[in-house]
Amino acid sequence: MSDPVLSLQGVHTDIAQYHILRGVDLEVPAGGVTMLLGRNGVGKTTTLRTIMGLWRAKEGRVVFRGEDIAALPTPAIARRGIGFVPEDMGIFSDLSVEENMTLAAVSGPIDAERLDWLQSVFPPLRTFWKKEAGTLSGGQKQMLSVARAMIEKRRLYLIDEPTKGLAPAIVATLAGALRALKQEGASILLVEQNFSVAKALGDTCAVMDDGRVVWAGEMATLAGDTALQERLMGLSMESA
Amino acid sequence: MTAAPDHAPTITGLSTWQRMQRHLPLLLVPLLVVVGYLAIPATSSWLTLTVSGLAMGMMIFIMASGLTLVFGLMDVINFGHGAFISVGAFVGVSILLALGSLTGAPSLALNIAAVLVAVAGAMAATAVMGWIFERVIVKPVYGAHLKQILVTMGGLIIVEQLILIVWGPDEIFFSRPEMLKGAITFAGAAIEKYRLLAVGFGLVLFLAMIWVLRSTKIGLIVRAGVQNGEMVEALGYRLRIVFVAVFIAGSALAGLGGVMWALYQEVITAHMGQEMMVLVFIVVIIGGLGSVEGCFIGALLVGLLQNYVGFIEPKVALISNIGLLVLILMWRPQGMLPVVKAK
Repeated sequence: MSDPVLSLQGVHTDIAQYHILRGVDLEVPAGGVTMLLGRNGVGKTTTLRTIMGLWRAKEGRVVFRGEDIAALPTPAIARRGIGFVPEDMGIFSDLSVEENMTLAAVSGPIDAERLDWLQSVFPPLRTFWKKEAGTLSGGQKQMLSVARAMIEKRRLYLIDEPTKGLAPAIVATLAGALRALKQEGASILLVEQNFSVAKALGDTCAVMDDGRVVWAGEMATLAGDTALQERLMGLSMESA
Repeated sequence: MTAAPDHAPTITGLSTWQRMQRHLPLLLVPLLVVVGYLAIPATSSWLTLTVSGLAMGMMIFIMASGLTLVFGLMDVINFGHGAFISVGAFVGVSILLALGSLTGAPSLALNIAAVLVAVAGAMAATAVMGWIFERVIVKPVYGAHLKQILVTMGGLIIVEQLILIVWGPDEIFFSRPEMLKGAITFAGAAIEKYRLLAVGFGLVLFLAMIWVLRSTKIGLIVRAGVQNGEMVEALGYRLRIVFVAVFIAGSALAGLGGVMWALYQEVITAHMGQEMMVLVFIVVIIGGLGSVEGCFIGALLVGLLQNYVGFIEPKVALISNIGLLVLILMWRPQGMLPVVKAK
């Protein structure tokens, strides 16, 4: 396994009076897809938001490419080269698709070639380029959310449940886009409930329970071991 | 890679009526003008009142536009905004009084030059004051609404007392520059020159603000930040810096509104900003928090309604804007064109 691009060491995070993360240790290897799995409410989203600095780690280190970013403000973390797709997509609904994409191009004007490629992957972005993002369907909003993160090359992408509630055709498209990112050499930390997507995309995997990572290893190992799946997550993913 | 199917978006599912409903508030101003026309017997009176109402609305808009963006961007309730209106008026009028040779000259160019110098001075003073106000008073209470109300009210009181110390306790009466006095006659109606100037200036300022918000990157960041500030930061933009810039710009605009209001009334007092804040808050609330367009429509409605009702039934004028507030909120509880949804 290659060196980690990101590592969390003993990260604790509180939200109001609740102690959500209770010592998360996690490594995301460079150039691969790491799946973050676990039941609802175990701290997956909190982990991503803590990495982005949207919720502050009370304790522990978040090391990105050798630098502890735990205390940095969110914009500084993003500008280190981390793209974030939140669970609620974070679309600016009163802005057009074009304006959403323009805003995401932080370093300057949109690269025409990359935009062309993204529009070929997600044709609705081209069709509804001038439309208000709030008028798009759920699947189209999710495409916009992922495309927005991809409009500039990032070193690491944090993506929170991109396929939730989407039709199979759109899930396949998103999976294809993530595969393309991987081919670009980007690292991805992906929270995903759809195990067939996780199995198809993941190189490594970490399973969380009660605010901690309770198992980490190769995705293939988990995918091939029903007993392990049942022990870690209380369900078999064999049929998925 | 599999390309996504080009699904039809939900917009195709919206009926024409549903799409029109979003833009209905835009019709309220012409509707009120028509109602005013039907309610006021003499056309000349209606014309005079309409121009007066539009001028008043433009000035309220200039004072309120910064406040709505400040609330939308950082969820900050600034009850001290009236301080910038008062300080702007006092600084502007002091400059005008010092430029008596220009304001008294029978030359429109010299008169306008004097007004522009006064406006520039007032805006510069209130911009600096806004920056200090944000750093010293607002910054320590981010995220705490009750504290924001108390602390910014305290700031307003302090500024008013400072005005009394510097300029004295008495009202200051003054005259408009020579060429801005008087009225022109149009279709039998007497229309004050200054009110026409205020309408034109307010409209230009509104269009300039819309251009900045819609056609520049900073405008894009502000509009996105009003909707979902957290996501703007996650993209890599430092929203705090943008907020401070908007706070300073909003303070300068309030100062500009103060000068314009002073020229409209030809008298200034330390409490004038505080008195205007009632109308400013009504406009911000009925417009929809964070919405410059809503603020503009709301300000015109308030200005027109106050003038029409004041002519038809002066005693009702005092409560007409509260009535407008109640009706708009019963129709749209989040205001006419709300932007702040994600907070």
